Amino acid sequence: MLRHAIDDLAAELSYRKLGLYAALIVALAAAEGVFRYQMRMVLIGISREVEYELRNDLFAHLCRLGPDWYQRHRIGDVMSRATNDMSAVRMVLGPGIMYTANTLATFAGTLAFMATISPRLLALALFPLLLVSVLVRHYGRKIHDLYERAQEQLASINVLVQENLTGARVVRAYVQEAHESERFEAANREYRERNRALVRTYGALYPGIQLLMGAGTVLVLYVGGRMVIAGSITLGEFVAFGAYLAMLHWPMIALGWVVNLFERGEASLGRIHEILDEPETFADAGRAPAPELRGEVHFRGLDFGYEPGRPVLHGIDLHVAPGSLVAIVGPTGSGKSTLVNLIPRLHEAPPGTLFVDGVEVRDWPLRALRDAIGFVPQESFLFSDTLLANVAFSPRPGTAERAREAAAVARLDKDVIDFPLGYETRLGERGLTLSGGQKQRAALARALAADPRILVLDDALSAVDTQTEEEILQGLRARRGRASGTTFLVSHRVSTVRDADLIVVLDEGRIVERGRHDELLLRGGPYARLARRQQLEAEVEAATA
Amino acid sequence: MSAAPDDDVVTTRYDWRLLLRLLRYLRPYRLAMLVSFLLIVLMAALDLVGPLLTKRAIDEHIAKGDAAGLLGVAALYALTLVCAFAVRFGQVYVLQMTGQEVMLDLRRELFAHLQRLHVAHFDRNPVGRLMTRVTTDVDAVNELFTSGIVTVFGDLFTLFGIMGVLLWLDWRLALVTFAVLPPFFLVTNWFRKGARDAFREVRQKVAAMNANLQENLAGMSVVQLFGREAKNLGGFAAINREHADVNMRALFYYAVFYPAIDLLAAIGIALILLYGGGRVLGDALTLGALVAFVQYSERFWRPISDLSEKFNVLQAAMASAERIFTLLDTKPQVVAPPAPRALDEPRGRVAFEGVTFGYDPAHPVLRDVSFTVEPGRSVALVGATGAGKTSVISLLARFYDVQQGRVTFDGVDVRELDPAELRRSLALVLQDVHLASGTIASNIRLGSPISDERVRSAAEAVHAHRFIAELPGGYDAEVKERGSTLSVGQKQLLSFARALAHDPKVLILDEATSSVDTETEQLIQDALRTLLRGRTAIVIAHRLSTIQHVDEILVMHKGRIRERGSHRELLAQRGLYWRLYQLQYKDQELAPVPAAPPAPAPAG
Repeated sequence: MLRHAIDDLAAELSYRKLGLYAALIVALAAAEGVFRYQMRMVLIGISREVEYELRNDLFAHLCRLGPDWYQRHRIGDVMSRATNDMSAVRMVLGPGIMYTANTLATFAGTLAFMATISPRLLALALFPLLLVSVLVRHYGRKIHDLYERAQEQLASINVLVQENLTGARVVRAYVQEAHESERFEAANREYRERNRALVRTYGALYPGIQLLMGAGTVLVLYVGGRMVIAGSITLGEFVAFGAYLAMLHWPMIALGWVVNLFERGEASLGRIHEILDEPETFADAGRAPAPELRGEVHFRGLDFGYEPGRPVLHGIDLHVAPGSLVAIVGPTGSGKSTLVNLIPRLHEAPPGTLFVDGVEVRDWPLRALRDAIGFVPQESFLFSDTLLANVAFSPRPGTAERAREAAAVARLDKDVIDFPLGYETRLGERGLTLSGGQKQRAALARALAADPRILVLDDALSAVDTQTEEEILQGLRARRGRASGTTFLVSHRVSTVRDADLIVVLDEGRIVERGRHDELLLRGGPYARLARRQQLEAEVEAATA
Repeated sequence: MSAAPDDDVVTTRYDWRLLLRLLRYLRPYRLAMLVSFLLIVLMAALDLVGPLLTKRAIDEHIAKGDAAGLLGVAALYALTLVCAFAVRFGQVYVLQMTGQEVMLDLRRELFAHLQRLHVAHFDRNPVGRLMTRVTTDVDAVNELFTSGIVTVFGDLFTLFGIMGVLLWLDWRLALVTFAVLPPFFLVTNWFRKGARDAFREVRQKVAAMNANLQENLAGMSVVQLFGREAKNLGGFAAINREHADVNMRALFYYAVFYPAIDLLAAIGIALILLYGGGRVLGDALTLGALVAFVQYSERFWRPISDLSEKFNVLQAAMASAERIFTLLDTKPQVVAPPAPRALDEPRGRVAFEGVTFGYDPAHPVLRDVSFTVEPGRSVALVGATGAGKTSVISLLARFYDVQQGRVTFDGVDVRELDPAELRRSLALVLQDVHLASGTIASNIRLGSPISDERVRSAAEAVHAHRFIAELPGGYDAEVKERGSTLSVGQKQLLSFARALAHDPKVLILDEATSSVDTETEQLIQDALRTLLRGRTAIVIAHRLSTIQHVDEILVMHKGRIRERGSHRELLAQRGLYWRLYQLQYKDQELAPVPAAPPAPAPAG
């Protein structure tokens, strides 16, 4: 358009024609604007939708992976895949495709016009521009790597500061402020060094692009100018050629950039697929919904180990009648936790060794099995939500109605009175921080609110003071009287296990003794020895008193 | 309901005092800044030359068929390009390198300040947020320097330069070209505000989504046990949806902005063609000048849209600067006196004299507490949670200052001592053992000049050597993720080794409550005896066996010392201690009895 206008200008023309050209330029820009708006909204919109779906899929899949998998993977790494890698993939689907289309369209249009003006000039002018693409691609990758290196160092600085702040008391007490500052200074300097390397590379990139583009312009100016003088092209063609060349600047930069996008996106997609391709840890037996569970648990000659060759449990034979209270005691590392973890299939027992109500655990529909079990883990994990939402956590019907009663049994109620908003108090990062004992009691209430047939307390009252623990055990007894549920109690404390229907003593993965408190005392085995030691200690105490 | 201050505050106005304070950090680098500034002016000037040369080539050489002259212009153009390259690179280089130095200084100052701050500050403020000050906020301030202040001047120069050249070429046509500016500013302003708000929302959604995911991953086994997968996926999907929607809203501004700018630019060119073309026809303007006008008008928009984009960057940087300065302005509450008294030969006599103290002065946790520990003697503090035991430790290590009475070390008020000197005479063993990344040895030694032999002999004396020797690498074994691979008991023994290696006059011990297996418990008790030997010790005791090693027991209740005396005396009193003792006995784990009756209390 510009070309005709200028040619006409050189060859005299009317004002009317000039107006027409001007109107055409604006109309074309408007049309192109509408098109570009549409393209951006549609293409990027699609990429956002795909990202949304993919991220949900990833989350859903993460829900299907068991504790084994989580032990092998760090949360930070999984997070990075769900965020950084996800956005790298989206960049390909959105901007990647959009700029590719854009570049191709611009190329197709401009190159054709430029070729009609002069193929020779085109070849000449295009050369430096191609170099721009190569430059962006090559340095783009290098800059990305250097940037990652700098970010890694920033992450180390983060860790350093975090450790320093969480350990502030130790740092003060051992007068380590100067030493810490030295460590920080070293990390800080390393970060500067890595950034300097980054600046050296990227500082040259943009000026380099400008230089190459300018070179194209100079070539056109000189060679094209000579062609105008020689009469092989018109002045209008010459000016138009320059304008077309300017239109190619951005697509050329985009070209190099897009190649890097695709490369990064592919690697990221691979990392995401590593998770998605991970087989579900517990394939569901998928049988018809089970009848109401009674709560009978039977271990039959069970051997179990997390890794082959390193067994944790040996030949466990244990039958637990519905409604009974079984206590499991033994030193740290004797396999107590592992044993109870097998019941809700947090880890998978070998075939034919673990039965609930006479049916092998792996043949139960997973949901039905877990719904029937209230599990209180060693480390109580609560969500940053209200206290009530944490207690009424189970989606089973009636949970919300039972929440307060459950909190009462767990003796959480006496603390709630002091909370600013009672049960509506928010926990976590921006809310209230509970003490260890409060957390454990909340976790117990959460399990009770689900009204389970089988209750498992995995050393879950260790941070609760003795008096409160006694109250809780009384509450549980009363509840058992009403609901006749089965209870597994893993504990260190004699006061906790004394009233159990059955006490099982584990040592190095074997059941070394079983019976009621009184029987075991009479038998004079390990349990009796433990109890006697305590007794003896009391007598020693009494003597020194 | 969150009472915490929002991290995402954006200052809505430019606070000049803030800016001036920031500029102070540039002082040491004023020469570099000046160079960078001159280079940017030079760069703006060089960028103006191109279209002028094109104009000259068309008007004076191409139109007149002067091929030789054309070569001269092309050569000059090429030279300008090379100069522009050098200047541009030099400018970016000098500016960015200076930015790195400023960040280094700012981070150093922040970290040093954090070392002086009151420990309670870290209890009140989430550590994550304080970390952001040192990392993200400093980076944001760097943006202010590098793509901010200096570059803004560069853009302004380019802008006014182009306007000047256009006016000089043909002032009538220039004014016609400027007619597009008002709508341009309107569009830009609309975009700037819209995009800023949209992006703030995007950031919030990203943070919320990450927090949700992180929490679900950390608590996945609970999610699975309670069958919450579907429900939690629903919660996540809702945030994910919001995240996508908010991003589309942000995209909308971009999708409208770029075409709108292009359209305005096209209108500008149309105006130049319409009016300028007419003037060319009337021979009032050369054809080359018209082409130069078109080329300039294309360069005209870039600095303007750059400026509007930078406005957002600057605003974010100002908010970061404000947060950084707020932290720097937080006064350390415990400071060394101007002329501290020196402890020539610390003996380790500790005394509390009528001490009253509360974290909140209106609610004292210690009331009129007095006791003395002679050098080499030990006391145990017992009492229920909230009795004020931990506060005693905090006051002695001078993490806090008393409100009434005084705490003395070797007869000198701790407030008259240099806190560092005081603390060098103490060793603190806390319930939660703090382990930093590094090796086992570096965690025992910390930063103190302690020889390998002493590290080792300390570890041996407290029975830590055995498990350390079994670690791959022994004393050089890496401590991973704050010692998550070590058991609670092992961490305890490590912290004992740390205390012993520092050989303090006074040992302050807050015994861990968590249960350990019987064998480790025995090791710990034995290590404790080693640790207490010949030292003044203040122990917050949770274990009966520990209490028997000490010379005096203080029974605390609601901030007061209610009973004091030896284990025997206190039991005979049948008071508070006796009741606590009964409770503890019941609480006793399945712990073995020490092989021999506990060592008799030293006469005293």
